[in-house]
Amino acid sequence: MKFGVVVFPGSNCDHDAQYAVTQNVGAQASFLWHQESSVPSDIDAIILPGGFSYGDYLRCGAIAKFSPIIGAVKKFAHAGGLVMGFCNGFQILTESGLLPGALVRNNALKFICRPTHLRVETSNSPFTNTATPGQILSLPIAHGEGCYTAEPHVLDQLEAEDRVVFRYVKNPNGSLRDIAGICNAQRNVLGMMPHPERAADPLMGSTDGLVLFHSLIASLAAK
Amino acid sequence: MSSITPEVVAAHSLTPDEYQKVLSLLGREPSLTELGIFSVMWSEHCSYKSSKIHLKKLPTRSQLVILGPGENAGIIDIGHGYGIAFKIESHNHPSFIEPFQGAATGVGGILRDIFTMGARPIAVLDSIRFGPLDDPQTGPRNRRILEGVVAGIAHYGNCFGVPTVGGECVFHKSYDGNPLVNVFALGVIPKDKIFFGRAEGIGNPVIYVGAKTGRDGIHGATMASDEFTEESKQKRPNVQMGDPFLEKLLLEACIEAMHSGAVVGIQDMGAAGLTCSTSEMGSRAGTGVEIDLMHVPQRETGMTPYEIMLSESQERMLLVAEKGREQEIFDIFDKWGLDAATVGVVTDDGMLRVRNHGELIAEINNRDLADEAPLYDRPHTKPHRNVPMEAPAFSSTDLKADLISLLSSGDLCSKRWIYEQYDYMVRTNTLAGPGGDAAIVRIKETGTSVAVSLDGNGRYCYLDPREGAKLVVAEACRNVSTVGALPVAATNNLNFGNPQRPEIMAQLVEAIEGMADACTFFETPITGGNVSLYNETLGEGILPTPVIGIVGLLPTQAPVPSRFQAEGLTVMLLGGIGSSDETHFGGTQYAYVLLKQMWGLPPALDMAVEKNVHLAIREIVAAGLAASAHDLSDGGFAVALAEASFDGIGAVVTLPSSPLRPELLLFHEAPSRILLSTHSPEEVSKLADTLGVPVSVIGKTIKGQVVIEGHLSSTIEELQQPWASALENALHA
Repeated sequence: MKFGVVVFPGSNCDHDAQYAVTQNVGAQASFLWHQESSVPSDIDAIILPGGFSYGDYLRCGAIAKFSPIIGAVKKFAHAGGLVMGFCNGFQILTESGLLPGALVRNNALKFICRPTHLRVETSNSPFTNTATPGQILSLPIAHGEGCYTAEPHVLDQLEAEDRVVFRYVKNPNGSLRDIAGICNAQRNVLGMMPHPERAADPLMGSTDGLVLFHSLIASLAAK
Repeated sequence: MSSITPEVVAAHSLTPDEYQKVLSLLGREPSLTELGIFSVMWSEHCSYKSSKIHLKKLPTRSQLVILGPGENAGIIDIGHGYGIAFKIESHNHPSFIEPFQGAATGVGGILRDIFTMGARPIAVLDSIRFGPLDDPQTGPRNRRILEGVVAGIAHYGNCFGVPTVGGECVFHKSYDGNPLVNVFALGVIPKDKIFFGRAEGIGNPVIYVGAKTGRDGIHGATMASDEFTEESKQKRPNVQMGDPFLEKLLLEACIEAMHSGAVVGIQDMGAAGLTCSTSEMGSRAGTGVEIDLMHVPQRETGMTPYEIMLSESQERMLLVAEKGREQEIFDIFDKWGLDAATVGVVTDDGMLRVRNHGELIAEINNRDLADEAPLYDRPHTKPHRNVPMEAPAFSSTDLKADLISLLSSGDLCSKRWIYEQYDYMVRTNTLAGPGGDAAIVRIKETGTSVAVSLDGNGRYCYLDPREGAKLVVAEACRNVSTVGALPVAATNNLNFGNPQRPEIMAQLVEAIEGMADACTFFETPITGGNVSLYNETLGEGILPTPVIGIVGLLPTQAPVPSRFQAEGLTVMLLGGIGSSDETHFGGTQYAYVLLKQMWGLPPALDMAVEKNVHLAIREIVAAGLAASAHDLSDGGFAVALAEASFDGIGAVVTLPSSPLRPELLLFHEAPSRILLSTHSPEEVSKLADTLGVPVSVIGKTIKGQVVIEGHLSSTIEELQQPWASALENALHA
C-alpha cells in the first residue's frame, strides 16, 4: 500500500500527511513533485495536502489546477484511482473540476484554526467504509477559505446521490448545508476541509482521522 | 563643494561626533551612499550602541549552549545529534505605522534568522502589547492596530507553514502610540549542519538569492531607532512588504542548498539589507566582500546604488558558495522558481567594495561598519517612576464581582479570538498549544519535546526594573517547569524608551542586571535577543518591558493539562499561599484593573525558593502525580483557580489561615506558587517535603462550581462567560 503525496510550491501539510500515513497508519508514501506529468505505477492512492499551493495567488487552488501533476492526477482519478484532498487539496479538486462547487472565504472573514466535530454522512465510499453513518469524528480545521458553496441544484444532487461524506456538527465557516466533505459521482475522489492527518496520533489529541486511511486500505484490499 | 552638509548627516540620524568618527575611519569624506551605509550599520537597531556594554553582563554559556549571541540565532544542544535554534526579535515601530505588514514582516524576519542557521522552523510565539481597546480617544486606533497585527502574524505564519503555538497579549495606556510586537521562533537543526554568516574563502562567489530588490523599507533600521513624531506617518513607505509564499520557497531552497555541501556561509538580508549582510559576513570572517550592483536582481527600474544598498525588501538571502559549484546552487534555486545571481566575490583585504557597472561607489572596511560603531555608556540615574510608594485606601465590597472584572480584563481574558486565527497545529507537533502555561512542541527527529514560554510585565518593571526583570524570568521558568520541562536557555527582547534620557537608561541598565542575575540563578543563559529602544511617541515612553523567552526540555508525552480534569481529586497549593503586603500589591492586576492605580513595589521574589518550587513541580509531573497543574501569576490565586476550572470541573477550597486581608489573600501575585490537582496527595506532600517546599491541601475538585470558603462562591459559567467573550466584545464595541 503506497500513497503518493503531491508537493506544490507552498504545500505545507505534505510532510504531515506523509508522517501520518507512514508512522501512524503503517503504509508507504512518496512525494510527487508538481512538475511531474505522470503518477508512478506503484502508487495506490493520492493525497493532495493542505497548504498554500503557489501562494494561493488569484484564488485558492486556481493556479495548482494548471500544474502538470494535476493533469496526471485527473488521469489517475478517471481510471478509478483513489484521490483525497484535504483543505487546500479540496480547494484544488474543486478548481480543477474533479469535484463540484467552490470553497470561498469563511463567513467570519477570518482564518479559523480549531478542533471541530464532523458527522459521517455515508459509509458508502472507499474513505468511510469502516465508519458508521452518524458517527462523530473530532478533526481540526485550519483555513481562511473553507466555506463550501454550490448552486442549489448541485447541492440537491450531492444529497440525492449520497455524496455528502461529512457534515459539521456545528458549522464553523458558513458552508452551505453544513458540508465539510464530498465525493465525486464515481465515489473515488474525496475532498474535505478538515485535516484527518492531524488527527492520526494520540499525542495530537484525536485519532479519529485514522478511520479514513483504514477505510481506504480496506477498500483497496477488497479490490 | 561638499554634498555632505550637517543637515544631510542629521537626516541620517548620525550625530556630529559620530560623523567625525566616520571621517577619521575613512580618512576622507564619504559619498552619500557610504554615509547611508554607515548610518544603518551604526543605527541603534544594528549596532546596539546604547546597550552593548550592559548586554555583556548577561550569562551566555552553559554545557548545552552550542552557539551564543552574535550570530543570527543562538543554538542549544538537545541531544540525539540535534540542536534547537531560537531567537526573539521586535518589529514594534513598523507595526505601529502599518500593523499588518509590520507584524507580518516581523514574523518573516525572525524565521529567516532561524533557517539561515540551517534550522527548519517548527514554532513561533508572539508577545504583543497594545494601548487599551476601550480608551475613548485611542481605543478605535488600538483596535485597528491589534486586528492588523494579529492578521499579519496569521497571514505570514500560516502560509509559511509554521505553527504559532503561544505567546502573550497585554494592554496598557503606555503602548498607545507604541505597540510592541515581539516574535519568537524556534527551529530544529542537525548539530553537524550548522551554518554561519561568514564570508569564508578568498575568491569564493557571493550569491544573492530570493526576492528581487525594490525600494521598500529603505532606512527601516534608522526609523526603528527614532522616536515617533507626527512626521512618522510619512514613513509608511519605510515599512517592508512580506510574501510568506516566497519565504516558504526560500526556506526549502536554502535547506536543500545547504545540504548539497556547496554553501560556505549564509546570512539573511534583514535590517539594513544588502549592506548589513555583506559587511557582517565579511567582518565575521575577517575577509573583504566586493559586489557589483548591476548583478543584483531588481524589481524596479532606475534604482540608485544608495537605494539598492539600503533597501529592506523581504525574503532575500546572501550566501557564499564554494568556487566552481555555483551551478549547483543555481539549479536548486531554479527548481524552486527563485532568483539566484552571483553579485560578487570574497576578497582578502577586509573591505566592503561596492561597484555599479564597474564604477566604485563605496569602499569601507567591513570591521569599521560591523564592529567600530560607537559604543555609549549613556548616563543613567534613578529609574523613572512617577507613582507613590504608599498604597491608597481601598476595600472590596464584592470579591466575586472583582474576580469577574479581572477575568474579563484585557490582560487576563481569553485570547481565543487571536489564537484561532493562527494555525497552531501545522507540522503535527503541537502537544500543548495556545492558552496554557507554556507551549509544548514535539521534535520528531529526537523523540523529545521542547516547552516555551514568553513573559513580560511592564508594571512590575516600572515599579522596580531590577526586581521586575527577575520576576519575569522566574515566571517564564515557572511556566516551563509547570508543564514538566527543565528550563535550559533564554532569549530576551528589551523594549524601552529613549536611552538618551538618564532615567530611561537607568530602567534599561537595572532590568538587564536583574535579568542577568535571574538567568544566572535559574541556569538559563541568554543565547541571543534583541533591543528595541526609542519606544516613545511625542515624548511619552512605554513602561519598561523586557520580554523573556524561556526554552525547556522534556520527554515527549501527553502533556499535563492546566485545567482540572476530574471530580473528587485533591487540590493542592505548591509553594503555599505566599506572603504579600499593601506595598507589594501595587503592581498587581487587582491594583491596575480595579483600583486603576499603580504604587509601591512588585511582589517580592526569593529566587532560591522559586527554583525549589520549579524542581518540585517537575518531579511531581515526572512521577505522574499531577492530574493538572497551573502556575499562579497575574491575578493571583483566585484567577488561577477560575482558569483551572474552565473545562467544567471546579473546586471547593479553604485557604490556610493567613493574616492577609481578603483582597490581598485572593489576588496578591507573590511568585513561587502552583495550583495542582492529584489522586495522590500524600505522595505529592512527601516529595515536596523532601525538597523543603511548602505545600498545602486546600480542597477537592467538584463539578461546575468554584468556591473559596468564606470569600466567594460561583458557578463556573458565571466566571467563564465574561472571560471568554471579553476580547471579542471589546473589539466590536
